[in-house]
Amino acid sequence: MGHDTAEWVMVGVVIAILLYVGVDSWVVQKEVEDVPADAETIKVTGQQWFWSFEHQDGTKEISTLHVKKGHAYNFEIYGKDVMHSFNIPDYVVFEDVVPGHVNHAWFAPDQAGEFPIQCREYCGLLHYNMRGSLVVEDTP
Amino acid sequence: MVLELKKSRPIWQIMFSTHHTDVGLLYTVTGLTFLFMAGVLAMLIRTHLFFPGQNFLISDSVTFNRIFTVHGLTMLFLFALPVANGIGNYLVPLMVRYKDMAYPKLNAIAFWMNPIGGVLLWLGFSDTSWVSYAPYSVIRAPGPAADMMIFGLKILGVSSILSSINFIVTILKCKHPDLPLRKVPLFAWSMLTVSLMTLVAMPSYAAALIMLLTDRLGVSGFFNPTAGGDPIAYLHLFWFTFHPEVYIFLLPAIGMMYELIPRFSRKPLYSQGSGVFAFVMLGMIGFASWGHHMYSTGMDFTTKVVFMIGTLAAVPASGMHVFNFLATMWGGRIKFAAPMLFAVGGIALFFSAGAGGVLNSAMPLDFISHGTYWVVGHMHLFLTGTIAFGFVGMVYYIFPFITGRMYNEKLAKIHFIMMLWGTVQVFFTQHLLGLEGMPRRIYDYPPEYTSWVQLNQIATVGAWILGGGFLAFLINLIYSSSKGKEANMDDPFDLGGKYYYPHTAKNPHHIGY
Ligand code: HEM
Ligand SMILES: [Cu+2]
Ligand SMILES: [Cu+2]
Repeated sequence: MGHDTAEWVMVGVVIAILLYVGVDSWVVQKEVEDVPADAETIKVTGQQWFWSFEHQDGTKEISTLHVKKGHAYNFEIYGKDVMHSFNIPDYVVFEDVVPGHVNHAWFAPDQAGEFPIQCREYCGLLHYNMRGSLVVEDTP
Repeated sequence: MVLELKKSRPIWQIMFSTHHTDVGLLYTVTGLTFLFMAGVLAMLIRTHLFFPGQNFLISDSVTFNRIFTVHGLTMLFLFALPVANGIGNYLVPLMVRYKDMAYPKLNAIAFWMNPIGGVLLWLGFSDTSWVSYAPYSVIRAPGPAADMMIFGLKILGVSSILSSINFIVTILKCKHPDLPLRKVPLFAWSMLTVSLMTLVAMPSYAAALIMLLTDRLGVSGFFNPTAGGDPIAYLHLFWFTFHPEVYIFLLPAIGMMYELIPRFSRKPLYSQGSGVFAFVMLGMIGFASWGHHMYSTGMDFTTKVVFMIGTLAAVPASGMHVFNFLATMWGGRIKFAAPMLFAVGGIALFFSAGAGGVLNSAMPLDFISHGTYWVVGHMHLFLTGTIAFGFVGMVYYIFPFITGRMYNEKLAKIHFIMMLWGTVQVFFTQHLLGLEGMPRRIYDYPPEYTSWVQLNQIATVGAWILGGGFLAFLINLIYSSSKGKEANMDDPFDLGGKYYYPHTAKNPHHIGY
């Protein structure tokens, strides 16, 4: 059969690239999923078509979430009706809202300001407008 | 009944025929018709997204949601599958040197399920999105649209199982005894591979559809958490079918490129063996990666790693196809007629789509791309860039065989340039939109996000160019099938060899070539 060296070289190079991608992903993902021990928990609930939040001290917020710069937060993500996806694009916070499951994501904002929160899983009529905002406060 | 090419037949004679070239014609024409119908929906979606703001073109989000749902379902089930089956019907019996498909009546029945399924999908016009994730599709999606979609898909699923059985038996059992299986042309190998894959993949979706339906009726709660069920179960059943299914859409197009590339390079294929090997590998490894659609559903680390490895493992085999094509073209006397242009363009886009696919397989990167326009760009580089390119090239190539006439080469070249340009402009831009964080399946977006506005406008203009290319295709097909120049049936493309498909094959008593 026409298998000659060039083809084996091609397959070898492709496998080398894939190994690199795979190993690197493994390392990065491991790091990403390593939640700091001092992270504060925030309960996030996604439902058609808004976000609500509950801080560890019991304060509740709707649509706008206030956090402090330099702290780590661990989101506990709950769903009430259909699937959604909790997303803060600027901080690569992204995890599905699955009714019946509790999902997790964490982040530690390092920049003060206002950032969009959005839904990234189709959830019907107002999916496009299931937006909120994250306010990172610069208090020490 | 000897069918002369130029003698036109009454349409009912074709409709009620069970001969493979007639069923092939029905499949191909039906598939192309649905391509244009779903294309109109795509133009509506893209044009609507040209401006942010709600009252431009489509005035409510439900309609928008219904449009992208039916667009996706139609392109996959009523364009991609039927056209592959159509070309398969024309060529597979010739390639294995048999007089027809193994079960001609079953063949016609499988075809006629397509229009029925199509009518149900289009009359229902469901808003569930093509994936119909539970629990939305169970507790919120309005009936009867969603129920009609379920029935329509059920019928289309049965049809694809029936036609798969037919291809498998035709190739394995009706093959001429002098022809060893490994020498069967690669297009037939691609049909064999995808038919076997269909038999393994389709049942899980068939089960999921029934479960969705009974859940919707309230008599079960498989996927409904308030009734003790789990939406994640639906996702597994769905993607167990549909990751393999993406290869079922893809491989026939790759098989068609194996028909075109050596012919127009005027050189023998670089390696039959490596083509067969790569098909079989993809057919098996395609089943090891469905979880890459579910990284963000709360999957644990180890499971994600397993599915990432399964996904990456399929890439070398795709690379072997690309290598085979390039090595075949290397040093050939290439003739860039329209079919070859589409094949070569398709290979280039296949390569870039695959590179993007590797990036979303990497777990951390998928948390950036999943659910955004990146994924829309990725799948369309395959579906439009590779599959539609391969199909269109093949339709041009087989046009003289079907009609006895030539298409207009100049118009076909214009079609090619517009389609390549449009595909690059729309789908590369959509990758960038994804990186900017724009979610998919959204009816409207905030006007203050200027980068979204600009990129959407670039993508929309690209879509118009792409649509214009398809318009040229439609005109060419309609005009040339009745008014085109008569083709030289021995060598219509002037390649200096014999045309592969003898028109005598349309005689029901022919035996292969
Ligand atoms: C090199 C081969 C490929 C790789 C590595 C790959 C990888 C991926 C990954 C990781 C995803 C998940 C993205 C996400 O939703 O976050 C995905 C989605 C998708 N891919 Fe591929 N893919 C490949 C080939 C194909 C082919 C050949 C097709 C179609 C013919 C295809 C069609 C799709 C579709 C339709 C989706 C999105 C489905 C949806 O969510 O609606 N892919 N691909
Ligand atoms: Cu949503
Ligand atoms: Cu997949």
